[in-house]
Amino acid sequence: MSDSNGWDQFGDLVGGIPLTLELTVASFAIGAVVGVPLVLARRSQFRLTRGLAVMIIDLARGIPMITWLFVIYFALPQAGIRFSQFAAAVLGLGLLTAAMMAEIYRAGIAAVPKGQWEAGRTLGLSERRLFLDVAVPQAARVAIPPTATLLIGLLKDTAIASTLGVAEITYRAQIAAQNTYKGLTIFALAAGLYIVLSLPVAALSRWLDRWLHQKWTVA
Amino acid sequence: MGGGLLHDWAQQIGPLAQGLWVSARLAVVGLAVGLPLGLLLAIGVGSKGRSLRWACVGIVEIARGTPMLVVLQLVYFGLPQVNITLSSFVAAVVSIAVITAAYTSEIFRSGLAAVPHGQQDAARALGLRTADRLRYVIVPQGIRIAIPPLLNFAILIFQGTSLAFTIAVPELMAQAYGIGASTFLYMQVLSLAGLMYAAITLPSAAGVRLLEKRLGRHVAAAA
Repeated sequence: MSDSNGWDQFGDLVGGIPLTLELTVASFAIGAVVGVPLVLARRSQFRLTRGLAVMIIDLARGIPMITWLFVIYFALPQAGIRFSQFAAAVLGLGLLTAAMMAEIYRAGIAAVPKGQWEAGRTLGLSERRLFLDVAVPQAARVAIPPTATLLIGLLKDTAIASTLGVAEITYRAQIAAQNTYKGLTIFALAAGLYIVLSLPVAALSRWLDRWLHQKWTVA
Repeated sequence: MGGGLLHDWAQQIGPLAQGLWVSARLAVVGLAVGLPLGLLLAIGVGSKGRSLRWACVGIVEIARGTPMLVVLQLVYFGLPQVNITLSSFVAAVVSIAVITAAYTSEIFRSGLAAVPHGQQDAARALGLRTADRLRYVIVPQGIRIAIPPLLNFAILIFQGTSLAFTIAVPELMAQAYGIGASTFLYMQVLSLAGLMYAAITLPSAAGVRLLEKRLGRHVAAAA
C-alpha cells in the first residue's frame, strides 16, 4: 500500500472520461434512431404491430438494465452471437434508450393539437408531409426537455458498463479503490466527475427550453 | 445438462425466488428509510433559512448527480476508509435510502408546491404555527398529490436493487449470475430472472397508471 491519498488516482479516473462519453453518445444515437420505428409501430393501425411495440417497450423498461447487459454479453454467445464488452454495453444501453425515446416521441406527437392535423389535411398535404413538416417540428419542442433528462440519466447509467469490465470511470474507480484502500476519496472523485460531465447537458437543456419557450410559444 | 427450458427453469426458480425475496426486502427497507428523509429534505429545500436551504439543495443535487452504482460502491468499499464497515445488505439499504431521499425530495417538493395557496393562507389566518401548518394542512395534501410519482419511483428502485449484485448482496441478479457462471445456462437463468423482475414491475406500473387515471378523474370532477 502506497502513501497516496487517492488524489494520485484522479488522473486514472479522468482517463475513463472518453469511454464514458463514447458509451453515452453511441447508445444515445442508437436509442434516438431505433426509437423512431418503435414509435411508428406503436402508433400503427395494425393491432399486432402495435402490440409487439408495446411489448418491446414494456419489457425493455420493466427489466433492470444490468439484466439486459448480462443477457447480451453472457447469454447471447450461447446462440453463437458474440459482442465485445463495449459493444454489448452500447447495445444494451441503446435498446433501453430506444424504448424510452419511443415514449418521449409519442408524448411529443400526442401534444400536437388536433387542429394542426385537420388543418394540414384541409390544405391537401400528404400524410407524409403532414407528419414530417407539421407534426415533427412541434413534437420536437415538447420532446427536448425530457430528452435532456434522459441523456443525463444515460450518462450515469453508463456506470453499469463497469460490470462487464468496460474501463470507463466507475470501473477505473473500482480498480483504484482496490489498489489503494482509499475508496471513499476515489468514489467521491468519480461522483464529482459524473456531476461535472452532466452540467453542460443540464445547462444546454435549460437554455434550449428557455429559447424555445420565447421563440415558439403557441397560443 | 439440458432437458428443455422448463426443466432448467424448474431447477433455477428456487434459488431465484430466494434472491427475489432479498431484492424485495432491499427495496422495502431502503424506501422505508429514504422516504421520510426525502420529505424532510423537501421541507428543508423549501425553508426560509438560507444555510439550511442550501445544505439540502446540495445534498439533493450531489446524490441525484451520482450514479447509483457509484453510491453503492462508495458506501460499501469507500466508508471503511473512515473505519465505517457495513455489511453488504446494510450498505445497499443505506445507498438506496440516500438515492430515494434525494429523488423523492423533488417529488415531495412538487407535491407540496401543488397544494393551493389558499390553504396556506387559510391555515395562517387560523393562527396555526409553521410546524402545524405543515403537519395538518400542507403535508397531508401534498403527499396525496405525490403518491403516483412516488409509486413509479418505487418501481424504479426495485429494479435498481439489481445493482446491489456488485457489492455481493445475494439478490435476484446475483443468484442468476451465480447459477449462470456455474452451469453456463446463462440464457435460461437470465431470461427467467428478467421475467421475474417484469412479473413485478409491469403489473405494478399498470396499477399506478390506473390509480393516476382515477385520481385524475377525481380532480377533474372536483374542479
